[in-house]
Amino acid sequence: MILYPANVSQINLETIKSYQIISLRLFHSKATKMSMEFGYIALLLGTLIVLAVPTGRYIAKVFNGEPTRVTPLFRPVEKAFYRMAGVDETREMSWKSYVAALLIFNALGLAAVFLLQELQGFLPFNPQNLGAVRWDTALNTAVSFTTNTNWQAYSGEQTMSYLTQMLGLTVQNFLSAAVGLSAAMAVIRGFTRKNAATLGNFWVDLTRSALYLLLPLALIWALLFASQGVIQTLGPYVIAHTLEGGEQVISLGPVASQEAIKFLGTNGGGFFNANSAHPFENPTPLTDFLQVLAMLLIAASLPFAFGAMVNNPRQGWAIFAAMFILYLMGLGFALWAEEQGSPLLERLGVAGGVNMEGKEVRFGIVPSVLFAQSTTVTSDGGVNSMHDSFMPLAGLVLLFNMCIGEVIFGGVGVGLIGIFFYAIMTMFLAGLMIGRTPELFGKKLEPFEMRMAVIGLLAPSIALLMLAGLAIVLPQGLLSLNNGGPHGLSEILYAFASACGNNGSAFAGLNANTTFYNLTLSLAMLVGRFATILPALAIAGSLAAKRIVPASTATFPVASPLFVIMLVGTVIIVGALTFFPVFVLGPILEHLLMQAGRTF
Amino acid sequence: MHINKSDLWQTSQIKQAILDSIPKLDPRRLWRSPVMLAVEMGAILTTLITARDLITGGNAGFDGQISLWLWFTILFANFAEALAEGRGRAQAETLRKAKSEAIAQRLSANGSIEQVSALQLVKGDLVLAKDGETIPSDGEIVEGVALVDESAITGESAPVVREAGGDLCGVTGGTRVLSGKIKILITADPGKTFLDQMIGMVESAKRQKTPNEQALEILLIGLTGLFAVVVISLEVFAGYMGLIVSVPVLVALLVCLMPTTIGGLLPAIGIAGMDRLLSHNVIAMSGRAVEASGDVDVVLMDKTGTITLGNRMATQFLPAVGVTKEELATAAMYSSLADETPEGRSIVDLCKETLGIRGRDIRAPDGSSFIPFSAETRMSGIDWSGREIRKGAHDAIEEYVKNKGGAMPESIRAAVDSIARDGGTPLVVADGARILGAVRLKDVLKENIKERLSRLRLVGIRSVMITGDNPMTAAAIAAEAGIDDFIGQARPEVKLEAIRKYQREGHLVAMIGDGTNDAPALAQADVAVAMNAGTQAAREAANMVDLDSNPAKLLDIVEIGKQILITRGALTTFSVANDVSKYFAIIPAIFAAEYPMLGVLNVMHLATPSSAVLSAIIFNAIIIPLLIPLSLRGVRYTPTTASELLRRNLLIYGLGGLAVPFIGIKLIDMLVIFLHLE
Repeated sequence: MILYPANVSQINLETIKSYQIISLRLFHSKATKMSMEFGYIALLLGTLIVLAVPTGRYIAKVFNGEPTRVTPLFRPVEKAFYRMAGVDETREMSWKSYVAALLIFNALGLAAVFLLQELQGFLPFNPQNLGAVRWDTALNTAVSFTTNTNWQAYSGEQTMSYLTQMLGLTVQNFLSAAVGLSAAMAVIRGFTRKNAATLGNFWVDLTRSALYLLLPLALIWALLFASQGVIQTLGPYVIAHTLEGGEQVISLGPVASQEAIKFLGTNGGGFFNANSAHPFENPTPLTDFLQVLAMLLIAASLPFAFGAMVNNPRQGWAIFAAMFILYLMGLGFALWAEEQGSPLLERLGVAGGVNMEGKEVRFGIVPSVLFAQSTTVTSDGGVNSMHDSFMPLAGLVLLFNMCIGEVIFGGVGVGLIGIFFYAIMTMFLAGLMIGRTPELFGKKLEPFEMRMAVIGLLAPSIALLMLAGLAIVLPQGLLSLNNGGPHGLSEILYAFASACGNNGSAFAGLNANTTFYNLTLSLAMLVGRFATILPALAIAGSLAAKRIVPASTATFPVASPLFVIMLVGTVIIVGALTFFPVFVLGPILEHLLMQAGRTF
Repeated sequence: MHINKSDLWQTSQIKQAILDSIPKLDPRRLWRSPVMLAVEMGAILTTLITARDLITGGNAGFDGQISLWLWFTILFANFAEALAEGRGRAQAETLRKAKSEAIAQRLSANGSIEQVSALQLVKGDLVLAKDGETIPSDGEIVEGVALVDESAITGESAPVVREAGGDLCGVTGGTRVLSGKIKILITADPGKTFLDQMIGMVESAKRQKTPNEQALEILLIGLTGLFAVVVISLEVFAGYMGLIVSVPVLVALLVCLMPTTIGGLLPAIGIAGMDRLLSHNVIAMSGRAVEASGDVDVVLMDKTGTITLGNRMATQFLPAVGVTKEELATAAMYSSLADETPEGRSIVDLCKETLGIRGRDIRAPDGSSFIPFSAETRMSGIDWSGREIRKGAHDAIEEYVKNKGGAMPESIRAAVDSIARDGGTPLVVADGARILGAVRLKDVLKENIKERLSRLRLVGIRSVMITGDNPMTAAAIAAEAGIDDFIGQARPEVKLEAIRKYQREGHLVAMIGDGTNDAPALAQADVAVAMNAGTQAAREAANMVDLDSNPAKLLDIVEIGKQILITRGALTTFSVANDVSKYFAIIPAIFAAEYPMLGVLNVMHLATPSSAVLSAIIFNAIIIPLLIPLSLRGVRYTPTTASELLRRNLLIYGLGGLAVPFIGIKLIDMLVIFLHLE
């Protein structure tokens, strides 16, 4: 999504001061403020874990085909659906057939969203009579929504009809998340099965993802949102007459329903351009809480689902722990960077130098940073504040979260897949260092697995650097920049990191709705999505055919603190080695220059 | 053949290795080592730029030094490989000479003998060898007995008996017949003998990469590609920030980031592993099997020769009620006279002692005939003048007397049980239908076997003893030696089934065997070691051959396999961890000129930008020769649990890999400044 650019120089100091007064009124003293902030984070993450564990077990049961409490309710619908679609649910697929089904499904989805945008002028539910979307924007949007990125080169309320939003975008919000979840389940089966030729049935996995998980959760969240005042209407935009006698068009729409899946499916595409900073999308602190919770929930429950499916809950906890530690490290660092404040603001006498520009002033620094950290780790990409205006080092954390390929919880399904790639690297070296040919979860890692893992891990990074480099050398790329210097570099890097990580959030400050960016970002999104899922399915296919090595004192226990530390270390080192030079030139240099009194 | 530690740095070998490392610069040969090929492309590029500098007056001094160190990086890697090859080749050379000079006496179809060179022999040829002649090629004795000097391959000076028709019929090319005359069926084509295999395993160009090496190489190529993109994009981003980075500096950064340390030492590690196997007198048919041996978690071992000394000693006669000890001893002695096994001889010795008779005057009665031991009847004996004396396993004898109308007395049954319970082997002696008594054979455990087995358990390997003994005896010995599991009364098909069972459970099984009847089980096992003295069938079914025919060797093989993998993993970790410090050396050097505040990243306080870049590239080059001893010797391996091992190696090679270059680069930087090289 794109927000309007803002610079420190453009900010009215009075406004900043008045915001500061609000926040001061909210928090009487610094000590209570600190404890409240800490309490808020702890409450959110505590709730997350309490919900994620049972959700993970539930997911495992659903995809193992075991009965759950809601099975009597959904099973008849599921069966009826298979009958209609002509799917034989007992027919299993090899990894190649699974990949083929997945690709065909996504190609059809992409075409549908594209055509819907081009033809929306002739279709119903278009009270504003919006016309066909520009071809490159439409293509970018179609790619964006089928790849679960939800990068929005357009401004929703000015471009998309209600029908396009509901039938095209919201439907893809469900389906792209379901595809990611299905792929993750197939990959898990690669570890659980032995001497097997198949990974499950894509159509069954897809149906179950949507029917048993996404739809019911979305329903619950939509009702919660609506109860909090998130709007839900098909009526036309409202014209308001202001006190000064002017006219203001207030955009409306079926927001609550889209909002629920926007977060649960780690999609992030807002109904309005301002995304979750818009009061109709995110009206109260409770909706803010629920939004962060929703974007983390499914991704955080998948490690537990994995643990349940491999019959070793401790392995699930180990993966979760690695993600959680990375999450807390990023959050802590970003909060620290924000609390440090800017020496420039301090000199201006703005309370403590804390940078409130672009922050969600209704909530304050902590919920803004928490939201930003969560939305960048989970590849959600919805925002409640301006990432562009974060302190440079906090912006660095957000960039890092995306550059490493969205594996700290990550997108629905694909986050788990991504962390598996890192786990393969970790265990390859760990295995060698204990004198065994490497294995992960009892499966031997041989040249084929290694080739696929290297592609899955490195292709998105390579695409990111190459495309960002291209944008830097071509005038088409530089023309879109609003800021120069290191901040401009960060903006371009952020756009491609967001696309390659299938995140979809924007740093703003970059006009990305140009043919050049629409096409290059589409390419980045496709690489980020399919260069991850396809190699993972190939690995799963190969692993499923292998035997499972029984654990002994000679095998390295994956469910151990040492493994968690190594996995965390691998993610950080691979990320740091790949992006160190560009981080130095972007956010780190900007930070150092800001300390010296220069901003961009 | 056996290589001493001091030989590691023999001057002649080093000289040869230096010479050998130059032709290895040929890109067609470097093709096998992609990381080094990439370094070479960088070196060529910077060399061309230096040449241009010389003409246009650029910074030739600096660019030239970078080029020089890039070339050294490749040469150092080549040297490591050449040194490893040289050591293996030296071990094979003496043998090759002995063999190629040998003249074979080939039997032609019409029975005449022709003299041909050993190199002309093909599979299926029949040759003769007699006193003082060198055996021309690998084969199997089909006729005759000979005393063979195998010191050329095993280093063992005591000659060994090799004879037709048993499990000791295999001979190796290059060994010498001391006495006897044998007819040998050649079993290897030229270029396919053990010796050729051995040479092939230590020559880089011929060696097949193992799957694990391939997987690691994919990772290294991936990292190389990634860093190439990182460096190219760096140039672009720097350009946007108003900085121009010279190509030699970019190449230097790239080479520093690429995993050159492990990339350069990878072939040497593999070859050195084979060298170490050779110095343990084991020839591997494939590197894959050596690596797999690191994964083995079940080891099938024959009791005899591995766990116990081959010779069980007869220690006690337990006569049946109404039979005198002398009667039992005499019968046992007669039945054992023709039994040349150590057990048979020990029975005769015990008889002599019991009966108080001396050496030579014992002879088999006239008109007697011996019944040799067979795996089917599991007894042996003697027939003379109507008497049929048998000795053998208790159940075999019981079966035997039952057929003759006799029965096993309760007292003997009890004696058998008690002997077995104590870990001894009971033999029962019968005269016709009458059971005379039992003989206690005692197994003697091999020295150190308990410690070795407990080390195996520590590294997660389950030991399984295979024995023909009855389950009770087997259990007692297993308990005494600390064996995890045993298969008693094992016949070949039982061994095969046991291996399959373990494999179905996901285990990787190693086995040592020598006889023809071991061949199916050897072929089924994941790691199969054949005794060199064993039959051709066993040797063909196995993927390693132990020249010493020492079954306990399996433990060494497992450790060498693990050591190769650990060395590879440790150096990869080290190599990648090194990158952090190189970034901190080169990145501030590139950027600080334009953005002085980035000088805070120069945590090593390197003197100047050029000295920083030079120090990093010099460290990157010289770390390769510094690590050669480690890669040839292998990382120290002490058996312990996986977690403990990993923690230690992570600490040394992970954290060490992070810290060491910071110190190294700083020291080199001081030296560079001192010598005014920057």
